[in-house]
Amino acid sequence: MSNIPAEQINIPMKRQLIIEKFGFSVLTILTIATVLPIITVVIYIIYLGAPAISWEFLTAMPVDGMRAGGIWPAIVGTFYLTVGTAIFSVPLGIATAIYLSEYASDNRLTRNIRLAIINLAGIPSVVYGLFGLGLFVIFLKFGTSILSASLTLSIMTLPVIISTTEEALHAVPQSFRVVSVSLGATKWQTIRRIILPQAVSGILTGVVLGLERAAGETAPILFTGASFFLPRLPGSPMDATMALPYHLFVISTQVPGMPIQIQYGTVLVLIVFVLIMNIIATVIRSRARARRQW
Amino acid sequence: MSAKKLNLSEVIITKGVQISGLSSILFVLLILFFLISEGVPALFDVPISELLSQRWYPIEGYYGIVPLILGSLVVTLGASIIAVPFGVLTAVFIAEIAPKWLAEILKPLVELLAGLPSVVLGFLGILIVSPFLRDVLKLPTGLTAFTGSLLLGGIAIPTIVSISEDALKNVPVSYRHGSLALGITRWQTIWQVTVPAARTGILTAIMLGLGRTIGETMTVMMVTGNAPVIPDSLRSLFLPIRTMTATIASEMGEVASGSVHYHVLFFIGIVLFVFTMTVNIIASKISSREIKRSERILS
Repeated sequence: MSNIPAEQINIPMKRQLIIEKFGFSVLTILTIATVLPIITVVIYIIYLGAPAISWEFLTAMPVDGMRAGGIWPAIVGTFYLTVGTAIFSVPLGIATAIYLSEYASDNRLTRNIRLAIINLAGIPSVVYGLFGLGLFVIFLKFGTSILSASLTLSIMTLPVIISTTEEALHAVPQSFRVVSVSLGATKWQTIRRIILPQAVSGILTGVVLGLERAAGETAPILFTGASFFLPRLPGSPMDATMALPYHLFVISTQVPGMPIQIQYGTVLVLIVFVLIMNIIATVIRSRARARRQW
Repeated sequence: MSAKKLNLSEVIITKGVQISGLSSILFVLLILFFLISEGVPALFDVPISELLSQRWYPIEGYYGIVPLILGSLVVTLGASIIAVPFGVLTAVFIAEIAPKWLAEILKPLVELLAGLPSVVLGFLGILIVSPFLRDVLKLPTGLTAFTGSLLLGGIAIPTIVSISEDALKNVPVSYRHGSLALGITRWQTIWQVTVPAARTGILTAIMLGLGRTIGETMTVMMVTGNAPVIPDSLRSLFLPIRTMTATIASEMGEVASGSVHYHVLFFIGIVLFVFTMTVNIIASKISSREIKRSERILS
């Protein structure tokens, strides 16, 4: 190697550097091609949807076969479904994560639980819809109702909440547990007073992201609780309800002669709903990172 | 608080937490049970040869699910052809090339795409993508398998990007330093060191992205035209098609519970369940094999 002149080594090196420049530019362009449509779409929707937004559009009942009036019942419905989902999935999800992170030893049962969670995460949303129809609507006789839809969405949301909560619990250093127990605290006291407070922001991020997904889902509520058109607010958890994503599906495919402005207005409201949750999650996460002392 | 009382509540809470831990297994079993108990009767109502026939026309009693399965596969394949290169290369760009500030802008944008409800993508597909494709490609209708693939690609990309990026970030910095110290360029380091080291994570990302695509419902239902035909040539990519998910979603609302059609739709649910489960188990096998390998190296 030592007898090769320096300039001959440099020629392939130069070529490599040119290839590198070229490759970096190609990847930059590809990334722009991936990201640019996302920005364009969001701006486009805001641009076309904003003129439709008015106090009346947000708070009035739909009239004239949904072609006029507002989307109030759909907004309220999505809110109820999100809250309903939270009521069932948050305690169960967090408890499962606590079990996996703090109690479970690495045995076959634990591995099966993990496998079950992976499976739950992978089941298509429409299959959740079938399951909800079979179990909650027909077998348990809840009917097409907010209750059935919330329960279906809860089970779908569980894996997200479990995995993010578990990650947050794992991030708490082991020394915290050791010190707490050595001071005479019981296992549960340690979890309740030491570990959960440290992990709370990570848990909240997971909960919000899970609920964001539930709020935007359509397929699981198609046959379990969504109503095509309901010119009043649901009175109890046993009523069916309108919901923003399903309403968007209905007005963009099932109703002929739907004014385009109402469609874009509905998309905008749905996206804002989702975006707000997304931003909340991001803010909680970054503030927690900044505050963390370990 | 007396010690005894404390003990009692501790025991109750511990039991509660343990029972919650089992709930996931219970739910998977319940889902399986209901799919099977409602779907398997289809096999008694409709002979298997009939189910495997090529015609789906439930009103006249034709329950051939082959076009639906092929429809799902075609759309998924199309989506992966789009999503895999874009997703993996974007992940490489974010993890290896982009300066930190740019990566911090790009990541939330990709997450934003992940957060868009599928019904919104379907809506955009109907109003923007499909008229555009119809005009540009001079098709009779813009609601085609290709339109579905394009939008499903958008659904798979965030999954692929974020998991691949994690995998790339987990490659020890010393690998890169060692490679650069040998005098090769960053570009060569990426393709000869970093990406090969992260390949199992990237594979897992691709499998999970695919799993999401097969199960995606609203978008495909809205933009693929829903015609249950057998895709037999490349041309059928630009014709309407119908997937398993869209069939369940669009027809379940109208069938009487307990009818033949109802059972067949649940049966399609079983097929779908088996498909996504296979993909997910492969994905988790890939990643757990990697863990075992790295444990062996470390020990």
